[in-house]
Formats: sequence, structure tokens, C-alpha cells
Amino acid sequence: MKKFLMALLFAPLAALASGGAHLDRWPGGVGDEAALQNGAKLFVNYCLNCHGASHLRYNKLTEIGLTEQQVKDYLMFTSDKIGDQMTVAARSDEQKQWFGAAPPDLTVISRARASEMGSGADWLYTYLRSFYRDEKRPTGWNNVVFENVGMPHVLWQLQGIQVMNPETHKLGLAVPGNSLRPSTTRRFPIWLPSWSGWQSRTSCTASVLAGSFLLSWLCSSCWPMH
Amino acid sequence: MAAGKVEKYKSDGSLGGNALEWVNARFPATSLWKEHLSEYYAPKNFNFWYFFGSLALLVLVIQIVTGIFLVMHYKPDAALNANGVPVAFASVEYIMRDVPGGWLIRYMHSTGASAFFIVVYLHMFRGLLYGSYRKPRELTWLFGVGIFLVLMGEAFFGYLLPWGQMSFWGAQVIVNLFSALPLIGPDLSLIIRGDYVVGDATLNRFFSFHVIAFPLVLLGLVAAHILALHETGSNNPDGIEIKANKDANGIPRDGIPFHPYYTVKDIVGVVVFLMVFSAVLFFAPEGGGYFLEYNNFYPADPLKTPPHIAPVWYFTPYYSILRAMVWNFFGLDAKFWGVVAMGASVVIFAFLPWLDRSPVKSIRYRGPIFKTLLTLFVICFFILGYLGTQPPSPMGELVSQICTLFYFGFFLGMPWWSRMDKFKPVPERVTMK
Repeated sequence: MKKFLMALLFAPLAALASGGAHLDRWPGGVGDEAALQNGAKLFVNYCLNCHGASHLRYNKLTEIGLTEQQVKDYLMFTSDKIGDQMTVAARSDEQKQWFGAAPPDLTVISRARASEMGSGADWLYTYLRSFYRDEKRPTGWNNVVFENVGMPHVLWQLQGIQVMNPETHKLGLAVPGNSLRPSTTRRFPIWLPSWSGWQSRTSCTASVLAGSFLLSWLCSSCWPMH
Repeated sequence: MAAGKVEKYKSDGSLGGNALEWVNARFPATSLWKEHLSEYYAPKNFNFWYFFGSLALLVLVIQIVTGIFLVMHYKPDAALNANGVPVAFASVEYIMRDVPGGWLIRYMHSTGASAFFIVVYLHMFRGLLYGSYRKPRELTWLFGVGIFLVLMGEAFFGYLLPWGQMSFWGAQVIVNLFSALPLIGPDLSLIIRGDYVVGDATLNRFFSFHVIAFPLVLLGLVAAHILALHETGSNNPDGIEIKANKDANGIPRDGIPFHPYYTVKDIVGVVVFLMVFSAVLFFAPEGGGYFLEYNNFYPADPLKTPPHIAPVWYFTPYYSILRAMVWNFFGLDAKFWGVVAMGASVVIFAFLPWLDRSPVKSIRYRGPIFKTLLTLFVICFFILGYLGTQPPSPMGELVSQICTLFYFGFFLGMPWWSRMDKFKPVPERVTMK
């Protein structure tokens, strides 16, 4: 019995490992500030209700071109101190009851999802576009990349409702998404991975700057040897 | 020390001279300096391969210094914090984000671990090329093998500390291996873990081993390694004893003082090494998933076994040898023989001084048999290393079995094949090619 339960538990992972899912390339660009800000807005509005980004502090958002006041006014719903961590109000033991598993902290998810198949952004880009209706699941949703995912399609109002063609196993849009916000509807799968990648990396700019400086110093110190 | 009598240091009357005389009357400062640096005569024909000893020392210093600063902020605690993340995992992210310069210290330490193994593997390969392990340097070699073993332990314990998925499940797999030993196995793995599963007790004792026990032993072995080397003097690419040819003052004719000649030469090596090191450190600290495994960015979860558990690259050749053993011999489980083969594949290096029966030391004067077999050995080592990173497959299993067979054949057949080769005459004096 225990073995059977374990097998059930690991089935989605095993399916993923067998390489059945193909990842689409994330079409966004690293360091696109508008995409980062849009991604931050989507993350705070849709994801942060259940998933924390607890290794990140709100004041870090000033690095993507926002002022502290903007962060306070538009992005801080669960906290009022700019130095606070981006945590969830819901308790993890309650969430575990609701979803079967506590939604994981997403601060470094983009680094964790990288693999030989593609970058973390590729995975997220594909994942966000791969939800479809599945009445067999308790939430009514399933995902091609993350089989039997515990999360319902939180962004369905933006994307619309996809169904899987039983013949071709291809996804098709059955109900279109929010026609009032066509740009968001089209681009949320680009913006969110952009944000996710940014929050998972640490001191990227500082690292590249320090590295360039040190390398050029080392190279110039070699010059007299010739 | 070569000269039996050491002259007492006499001050030249200056303040510095007086101070040095005062010290030297109480501590052998000047004679230590002379014995190990300014009057340690090293062969004048050292080449590229002789950079890696001093580089290993440099990486050791990097690891110790960065380690000291990491311990100031790291917390070995497997409990979940208020956000549902293990404290240990969160403390690493805290170092990376909230500690000023912490990301640099952490990446130096994680990149340093891989750099350590690259440098040590090249250092060992130099020993194979020029027969550095042969008489009279057997003890230097044995201390070196000891360093390598302790280094593997150090890396293994350290890898648990970030408390990611690979940390957890890697430790789980390796500690479980010990349970394959007959009689003592199950209790032994229990003692190592300190619990029935890898948990907080395991994390705390691994932390203790990683920051206290193993570094202490490592430093002792490094000191012994260098002392033994300075007793016999260094080997060289020609594999000739330079002490066999001394001038009237008892100084080897083919030797030059380590300081300043090789300290300056080693600085060149250090600069080039730092270039490569910082290129990885600042621009690709994950090393393409080989230096920091992607899966390790998931916090440890005892209920979710990752589909594919692979050790970090420097352990993969031995991991492949472990997986290659799939037969039950003498009523003992294949897992047991895997552990035996894996252990033997590392320890067998210690026997090299007595396995090698060639009349010459250096590859320069050895024949095609040695050159071919050594090349094949290196290829096998790389193939085993690659296969160890991959999920198991029937093809991979067969290839790793063939490579394992060759790996052990290389060592166990050495007493015979090392004698059969065609040798070239060894010159009297070192050559500068």
C-alpha cells in the first residue's frame, strides 16, 4: 500500500523525467525593465496570495526602476514595511489542507527549473501556457508540463480556457481570454518568467561589474610578462 | 635538513636584524625560511604540470577563509521557518541576498570546491606522468592519497549543508551505501546519520565534520605532504634525482632555490588560475549545472524523491563504478560489491608506488605501452565521469562495466605491463625541453 502511494506521489516527477514534455523557448529578454515591472505586478496580484517569495525584500524592487513609494502604493498588500520579506498571509498548514501540499516558495524556482531541456524561463513559459480543463482533477485543471499539478489555472481569466484534443493531444483555446486586456493576455507568459528569473538571481549586475573589473585587472597585470 | 649544522643567525646591528636575532634565538624562523623556501633546491626544469601543487594550496586558503565568513551567517537547522522553507536553505539565500558581499563569499566557496578537485586531479595526473610516486617519494604520495580521501569527505559533508534536494538525497544514497556492508552496515549508517533518516541530526554532525574535524585533518596531512616532499626533494619531468649530482657546496647542480625562482613562476600560474576562476565565479557560478546542481535550488523534501539523483561531477567516475557492479557474488548483494569497487577505485591509487615496476620514472623515457594505456585510462575516467551524471541506461551500464574493467586492469596489470615496455636511455642531467 505504502509503495503504491509513493508511486502515485512520484508519478508526475517520473513522467517529467522521461522527457515527454518539450519546452518552448522563452521569447523574452533579460533585463527588460517594463517586462520585469509587469511581471512583478502579475506576481503580486496572482501568485503571492499562496506562493511566497520569502528570500526577497520589497525594497529590492527599487532595482527594477520603481520608487519606494510606487512599491508601497501598488505592490505591497500583505505588509507595510518596505524592508519586509515578500511572504504570504495564508498559513502553510492550512494551505496543505486546501491543496494537498503547501504551495512552494517561488523565490528561486527559475533556477531550480533549469535543466538540459531548457532554462528555468523556458520551463515557466511553457508551463504557464500548458494548463487545460480536466474534469478528472479536483481543481478541474491539469497541465501538460506538470502532470497532475496541484494548482488550478489561476490566470485563466487572462488566458482563457484550453482543452486537450483527445485525438491529437494538442491544446486548443475553447473560451478566449480577457478581450479588454489583449496585451496582458498575450504577454503574461513572457512577463512572469522575466520576473521569476530576476528574483531568483542574486547580485547579477554587481557580479558582472566586479567580474569584468577583476578580469581586466588580471589581464593587464599579465601584460608586462610579454 | 641536508646540512647537519645550522649557523646561528647574527644581527647586522640594525633594528630589524636585532629583532630577527631575538626571534631566531627562540624560534627557527630563518632556518625554516631557508630550509623550505630560499635554500630548498627544486629541479630547474619544472613545466606546466608543476603549477597545480601551489594552486591546490591557494584553493585551500580560499576555502578556509570564505568558509570562516560563511559560518558566521549559516544556520545548520532542518526545521521549517515561518514561510515553510528549511532554516538552513533560507540561511544560504540570506547570505546570498542580505549579507553584504555574501553572494561573492558563497560563490567563491562553491566554485572553489569544484576548482579544488580540478586542480587536485591535474596534480595527481602529473604524478602519473612523471612517476612522482616512485621511490623515494612513496610517503609523499601516501599523504597525498590521504589528502584526496579527506577532501572527498569534506566535499561530501559540505554538500549537505545548503539543504537542497540534491544535498538531501545525495547524502541519503551515499549513507545508505554503508548499510550494504555485512554485519556492521546497518548500525554504521545509523551512526553516520544520527537518525533513521537524514535529518536535523545528520545536518548538524555533517556541519561539525565539515568545519572542524576534516579541515583539521586536512591541514595536518598537507603539512606532512610538504614536509615529506622537502625531505626527498621534488621529482621533475625527466624523473631524475637531482641530488645525485651536487656541486662543491652540496647544492644540486640542476637545482634552483624555490624562492625566488618558483615563487615568481607560481605567481604567473596564480594569475592565470584566478582569471579562469573569476570567469566562472562572476559570470557562470552554476557551472552549467555541474558546479551547482539545478535541483539543489529546491529545498530538501524527504517526501519527494527526485527522479534522477546524481552526485556532483567530481564524484561521478566512482559513482559510475558503483553502478557498474550489478552481480551478486558469494551470496553478497551487488550493492555491497559496488561499494567495494567504488572504495577500491579510490584507494588503489595508494598502491601505485609498488605496482609500477618500470625501470624509468618519467613518461619521456617510457614506451608505447605506457603511453597507450595511460591515454586509455584517462579516456575511461572521463567516460565514467560522464556516465555518472546521466540516468542509468542499459547501454551506459555496459560501457561503464567495460571502463571499470579497464580502470582496475590498468592498476592490477601494472606490475607486468610496466616492465614489458620499450624504454629510452635516461640522461645524466635534466633537460629543458
